[in-house]
Amino acid sequence: MTRRWSFWVAFAAAILLTAGVVSYFASSSPDGLDSTTLRGCEVVETAAGEQLTGDCIAQEAGEHHLADSPLAGYELGGREGTGGLAGVIGVLVTVLVAGGGFWLIARTRGRASEDTTAAESGSR
Amino acid sequence: MHMSDGIVNAQTSVLFGAIALIALVFCGWKARTELDERTVPLAGLVAAFIFAVQMVNFPILPGVSGHLLGGALAAILVGPYTGALCIAIVLVVQSLLFADGGVTALGANIVNMAIIGVGAGYGLAVAMYSVARYSVARYSAAGRGAGGPPVRIIGLIAFFAGLIGTVCAAMGFVLEYAIGGAAQASIGTVAGYMFVTHVLIGVGEGVITAVTVMAVARARPDLVYLLRHDRARAPV
Repeated sequence: MTRRWSFWVAFAAAILLTAGVVSYFASSSPDGLDSTTLRGCEVVETAAGEQLTGDCIAQEAGEHHLADSPLAGYELGGREGTGGLAGVIGVLVTVLVAGGGFWLIARTRGRASEDTTAAESGSR
Repeated sequence: MHMSDGIVNAQTSVLFGAIALIALVFCGWKARTELDERTVPLAGLVAAFIFAVQMVNFPILPGVSGHLLGGALAAILVGPYTGALCIAIVLVVQSLLFADGGVTALGANIVNMAIIGVGAGYGLAVAMYSVARYSVARYSAAGRGAGGPPVRIIGLIAFFAGLIGTVCAAMGFVLEYAIGGAAQASIGTVAGYMFVTHVLIGVGEGVITAVTVMAVARARPDLVYLLRHDRARAPV
């Protein structure tokens, strides 16, 4: 019993530690896809934010439709250093959406077998 | 590997949005056979784990990073249909809540990471696992090997499933770019650069997938979807 609980506690702790702490040590370089679309361009810091100069695929990219959302860019309201907290919020939202969704899917199967059981016990 | 809006044109975005929607409805229908009261908590945590690990970009080349996609990892642990739904949920949360990955590009991103990544990674895992099981049954003395291949072999399978899933997901982007991308770069250049970077990212993906699957397989082998037939045969 202890061993069974320890697995879930350890898994949950690893998730929160990764999102809340380890995420601060992430590389800020563009990933494989972004560096592919940025080939040919240079990112220039200007007063209006980052601008692209040159000729590359990424120039076709528009600003994100939800760029002004409170958690955009894994920061709370754009405040630096809030990435860990944003990550923990993301973890909680993900586990709620996924767990809830999967529970509903599992229930459609469970209800089917419950109906059978109910019908069987009703006929007794 | 989240593409922004505008990288591929509107028609291509709509096309892949429709493909993603059909695939996810199919997965939701098929996932009923994978999900029960025992596996729902694990599937929820696997989705959260992938969200968390995707935040941690690791360097692969000077000025280039990569992050876990998680398709093979999710499929090995909770099954391919539930696994694909896990990745899709992570991508939706990232796009709508964190402005990470375009909204109109969501369909293409789901096809690449949730459908192609899971399909290729899990397909390879099942093939390698079948060979491993056959070998264990064939070459070990009677009675031994009834619990299935050893955990280090499962780790090796997970590594290659993660690597190949990542490279195939990257090729999904090349396909979308070929269909509806802006013409700034030739398809050959995009394909070559995506391939090389995602082989390197795939090595990282493989290591994370192997370490995670081995940890779960050691602690709770009964929870690993890929090993479900072994646990049915193994004495409890």
